[in-house]
Formats: sequence, C-alpha cells, structure tokens
Amino acid sequence: MRITQGCFSFLPDLTDEQISRQVQYCLEKGWAVNIEFTDDPHPRNSFWEMWGLPMFDLRDAAGVMMELGQCRKVYGNSYIRMSAFDNSHGWESVRLSFIVNRPKDEPGFRLERHEMAGRNIRYTTKSYAVDRPEGGRYG
Amino acid sequence: MPPDLLIPTLPTSRRTQQEETKMNQHSMTIRGKDRYRSGVMEYKKMGYWEPDYEPKETDIIALFRVTPQDGVDPIEAAAAVAGESSTATWTVVWTDRLTAAEKYRAKCYRVDPVPNSPGQYFAYIAYDLDLFENGSIANLSASIIGNVFGFKPLKALRLEDMRLPVAYVKTFQGPATGIVVERERMDKFGRPLLGATVKPKLGLSGRNYGRVVYEALKGGLDFTKDDENINSQPFMHWRERFLYCMEAVNKAQAASGEVKGTYLNVTAGTMEDMYERAEFAKELGSVIIMIDLVIGYTAIQSMAKWARRNDMILHLHRAGHSTYTRQRSHGVSFRVIAKWMRLAGVDHIHAGTVVGKLEGDPATTRGYYDICREDYNPVRLEHGVFFEQNWASLNRMMPVASGGIHAGQMHQLLDHLGEDVILQFGGGTIGHPMGIQAGATANRVALEAMILARNEGRDYLAEGPEILAKAAETCTPLKSALEVWKNVTFNYESTDMPDYVPTPSVAM
Repeated sequence: MRITQGCFSFLPDLTDEQISRQVQYCLEKGWAVNIEFTDDPHPRNSFWEMWGLPMFDLRDAAGVMMELGQCRKVYGNSYIRMSAFDNSHGWESVRLSFIVNRPKDEPGFRLERHEMAGRNIRYTTKSYAVDRPEGGRYG
Repeated sequence: MPPDLLIPTLPTSRRTQQEETKMNQHSMTIRGKDRYRSGVMEYKKMGYWEPDYEPKETDIIALFRVTPQDGVDPIEAAAAVAGESSTATWTVVWTDRLTAAEKYRAKCYRVDPVPNSPGQYFAYIAYDLDLFENGSIANLSASIIGNVFGFKPLKALRLEDMRLPVAYVKTFQGPATGIVVERERMDKFGRPLLGATVKPKLGLSGRNYGRVVYEALKGGLDFTKDDENINSQPFMHWRERFLYCMEAVNKAQAASGEVKGTYLNVTAGTMEDMYERAEFAKELGSVIIMIDLVIGYTAIQSMAKWARRNDMILHLHRAGHSTYTRQRSHGVSFRVIAKWMRLAGVDHIHAGTVVGKLEGDPATTRGYYDICREDYNPVRLEHGVFFEQNWASLNRMMPVASGGIHAGQMHQLLDHLGEDVILQFGGGTIGHPMGIQAGATANRVALEAMILARNEGRDYLAEGPEILAKAAETCTPLKSALEVWKNVTFNYESTDMPDYVPTPSVAM
C-alpha cells in the first residue's frame, strides 16, 4: 500500500528538484521548515521524530536539502516529511506538510473490529510495522 | 494607481459637507414636551433620523436597502426602519418617558441613493449595544429582521450588511473548532480539503450508502457528506446510516493511512432527537457532524456548544437561505448570514463556488469568503462588504464550495476560492465513468498537481488546462474526468452583485 498523508502523495514521488522548489516557497512565505521522520505512520501519530529543530531564519532551500540528505543517510528506509510552520497570529500552526521519503515496502494497516452491543463496533487501526520494535520495522 | 470607488468615505462615518445632498438634512427631531403629545408623528421627527449622530465603537450598525412605496419620503422610510427595528410603535406612547428612550432608539444617520437603482436607498442605522442580549443570534435577528420586513410603507427591504462591535463579538463562542484546529485534527495542510455529497441524495439503504462513502474516501477524498434532506426516512433509518458510514470511514482510514470523516447529518424534528443523534455519532468515533440552517438560530447555537464540548467539527448546510438571500431588493444578504453563523459557532458553511451550478457572482462570493476566514475585514464595497469588521480572534470558519464543480475547473477554483476551503465534488466524483474511487482520485490528483504548480510559482490560472493534462498522463482517472466534463460550465447572469464597482482613477 501507499500511505497518502501529506500534500502530494497522490502524485509520483517528488524529485529533489521539486522538493527544493516547495521548500523555497515555504521559506519565501517566512515559514520555518522542519524535517520529521517515523516508522510509525499511524494516521493519529501527530508527533514524528524531529530531525533537529525547525530551521528558522533560513533563506535558501539548499540548507534544508542538505539536512534532508543527512536525514536520509540515517533514516533512508523510514517515512520522512517536510513540515512548514507559520508563526503569524491566528495561525501558529503547520501550513504545508508533505512526504519526501518512504520505506521500500509500506506494510500499511489492519482494521480491528471489536463488536459491541447494539451493532456498535469499536474500530482500531493498527500498523503492521509496529508489531516489531522501533528501529527494526522495515526489514 | 489603485481604483477609486464611487463612494470615497467609510460608511461608518457621516457624509462630508461636499457630499451633503438635499436628502441628508439636519435633525428634525422634536424635543421636550411636544415630542410626547399623544397621536401619530412621523418617525423622522421622533428621533429615529439623526444625521448628526456619530456611531459609537460599541454600536451595532446595520445597512438596509430600502425601497419606499411610491410617494413615501426616503428619509421617513429609513427612519421608520430604525424605529420599527428598535423601540417604536405606530403612535406616540407616554411610557417612553419612563426609560432612557433616546439611548434605546436606533438612529438612522445616513441615507444614500443606491447607484443605478432608482427608487432604492441605502440606510445606515446604529443600534446601542444595550438593545441586544449577549450571545444570542435569535435576539439580534428578532430586532433587526423582525416586524420591520413587513412594514406597509415599504415595497421591499433588504439587510445588506452589519458591523458587529468587538464588545458584542466577544459574547459569542464562535466556531466550535475553527480552521486551524480542524486542519491539525485532520492532519491536512497546504491544500483545500476534498469532499463529496453522497448521491442519489434520497433512496439509498444504509448499506448502499456506506458503499459510496467507502469508495469516495478510499479514492482520495477527505470527507463525504450527507445531503441536507437526509435525516431518518423509511428507506434508511439514521442509525443504519451512521453505523455503515463509520465502517466506511474506518476502512478507508486503514487503507490510506489518512484521517477521514463523513458529515453525519443530525438534523431532526426536536433538539432531543438531534442531541441523541450527535451523541451516537460521537460514540461511533466520528470527527464531524452536520446540521441544516433550517433548524433555526437557537438550535444552531446549541449544537455549536455541544460540538465545542465534544471536540466535534460542526458542518452547516445552508438549506433554505436562497429564499431570502438571492433577490437583491428584499431579504437578507448572505454576507449577514455568514457573519451570524460565525458568531453562532459553526465550523463549515457553504458559501458558493463561483463556477458551479448555484448562484454566486465572483466579487460577492469573495466577500463571503473573507467574512468566513479573515480576522479583520476592511471595507470592500466592490465585494459588497460595507463595514470594517474586527473578529477579535474568533475562530475562522471553513467555507465549503459545493454544487456543479469538477476536476477540470481546479485552477479556477483555487484562484477564486484559495486554499482554506472544502471543495465538494458530488456528481464530479460519483458520476465518474470508471467509478467512484476513480472519480475521487481524479479530483485529488488534479488538486495536488495544481497546488504543486502554484507553489512552484507557475501562472497556474493561465496554465491550468496544461497542468491538468500533464498530471493526467500518469493518472487515467483524471484523463477520463477531463474528457467527460470538458465542456461543462454554468454561465448565467447573477441575481445579486455588488452595487459599487471600481472605476479607473481620473488622477494621473
């Protein structure tokens, strides 16, 4: 399966050139770009691990791309995403987020159903990957 | 040089000496003992026409389009509107003297002829804050659009816009969730959200209905939606719908790894029924519920409070609004309804598509969107926004564009409506020749391709068709959608447009 979180998951994987142009767009808006990675891409897992701090005060996408290269060297078989933070009043949140790296094999999720009274069902989404311990999930 | 507008002063200020026309005479108010002599007196003499009045920061200001009956003095008609929407009755009453009557009288302070509309006048009326109950749209609207709309000396009356002072705004909860928190909860940033209304809107069984939801969400939409008139009918009991829909939502979530939702319409005949349905939606883990505008302002506010307490996004379908918003001469403008709904506390509101099948001139629609999404609205007469409005950090409300839109219009939709909007492709998803999933995928790919191009700095409006064609090279469903709906447009003249248009400045 292909996890389709983020802004561009329905397009063919972005090239580094394309990623760089998106990063530049964020920087020109005054947003701080952050690189995050995880091997637990559950839809409710808000907090992926941070690759350093969000890159405040940066002007050129090249700096972010260099960090992405470093991150890929260590976590090349994990999910990596770019998130851009806007600190302006009334937003103070993420303004753009997209996946820039995926494991070779994406195992996806199973849906567990717990039957309750009155035909009600409690649903739990479980990542196949998390059956294995952190760090050793994608082979 | 920015374009000049026909009326250069802010509508909240009185007219300057140069602009003073015969129409704007000085106060005619009769004062002292004579004011309370029994009998009938013209409204303009009773204190409802005060051209020298300076509106206070805390006043609520309403702008009405007044069409007096033939032979009725426009000033008298405007004063009557002020009177009938505040303290007046048809005759002088001595009991006025038991109150601070002058404070409670609404004051019409300015009347302008409407450009290019003989017989119509814009009347600006200021109301003291003490005339209204805190946090109650019902109370506000009972005055402002109460008896006065049936008043005989008027041919027609329309409430065009309102300025709501911060002091009043702060008495309302506002949107239960707001755009920022909705995006955080849904984990969707940087692009419009995508939705679809399940079709056919009536007649599907719960099981068949859930099928449509599953296919659309799995194909790439973020939301699906009940239509306004899906409640609990013989063909589908509401519990059936909720159960099958949540099966669909959860399955699609697991299949995509994304957070998904479906607007479960809890509209019902009584508040008790609505609360029961909302509680069940919560129990099933839904992130969003929906209500219809026709349930009434108080019911909407109650559901907004429920939604805030239960971390639920609240979608409002504006069912019924066109009965009073569409005609220019009579009723209530949708920009006023949008302001009231932001106060009342809904998170989503249908606000027009510009390019789709339903009424919506681009400039007017832009005005509605600004009212939903901005923290501060400047005067924009060219968008029909007559007043400055400070929202004082009240949550932002997500506009929804729905009705006759398709993937081939993606560049226009993004240009007209921006990024913080939900694009709902009902027919444009479910009517896809390769099936519902393919229809959803076509919309999602078209959207992502357009956002990518926009962020890269391309002129996506001009290059839109080209960008879509390129994306379709690697996406057969998009190719097929572009082919099927390539010539579908809805070009009809709007029935409601701004009265003021920018004109080129004469200054060099």
